[in-house]
Amino acid sequence: MSGADSARPRFKRGDAVRVRAAEKPGHIRTPWYIQGKTGAVEKVHGAFRNPESLAYGGDGLPKPCLYLVRFAHADVWKPAGRASRDAILVDVYEHWLEPA
Amino acid sequence: MPRVHDRGGWPGAGPIDKAEHEPSMWEKRTDALLVLLTSPEKRVMRVDELRRAIESLEPRAYETMSYYERWITAIEALMIEKGILTHEEIDARVKELNERGR
Repeated sequence: MSGADSARPRFKRGDAVRVRAAEKPGHIRTPWYIQGKTGAVEKVHGAFRNPESLAYGGDGLPKPCLYLVRFAHADVWKPAGRASRDAILVDVYEHWLEPA
Repeated sequence: MPRVHDRGGWPGAGPIDKAEHEPSMWEKRTDALLVLLTSPEKRVMRVDELRRAIESLEPRAYETMSYYERWITAIEALMIEKGILTHEEIDARVKELNERGR
């Protein structure tokens, strides 16, 4: 846990971000298929209690910032067959993101 | 390798069954039970704990259970984990209800 400061989001809309690839035990909200992938911040949702703590009876504090991250379909699903302009939008907590 | 619940993009998973069905009474009750247990007034548990308990099911059980079977199994596990109910109390109550239903 990075203990992100909820009052000051590290990223802003449009920033390129890479999702950490982590064999993290326990409850996480970051699906495996975006781990290691690069996308762009679509929206800064704000600060929310951390589900990785809430899942074990914790208080979820400090509240990490949650982002809506946009990934190009072709970047996530490699054997897409044909070129796709579709996007995949996933909510990702700040401690799962690093600058790309 | 993703765990059993983390299924997006599993090869060969096949199409999603989008068929609608009317929830049965026990399924509605299971839903209501979770709403009650997670309500801000009660806060006996959090929905995040439900998710964690569902994800902790044995993969084989996860695959064979229906949606609300996973819920009720997870709720039971959490009530025991939190010391609110015991296995023995649950078993005794189930036995009592079964006998009444005969």
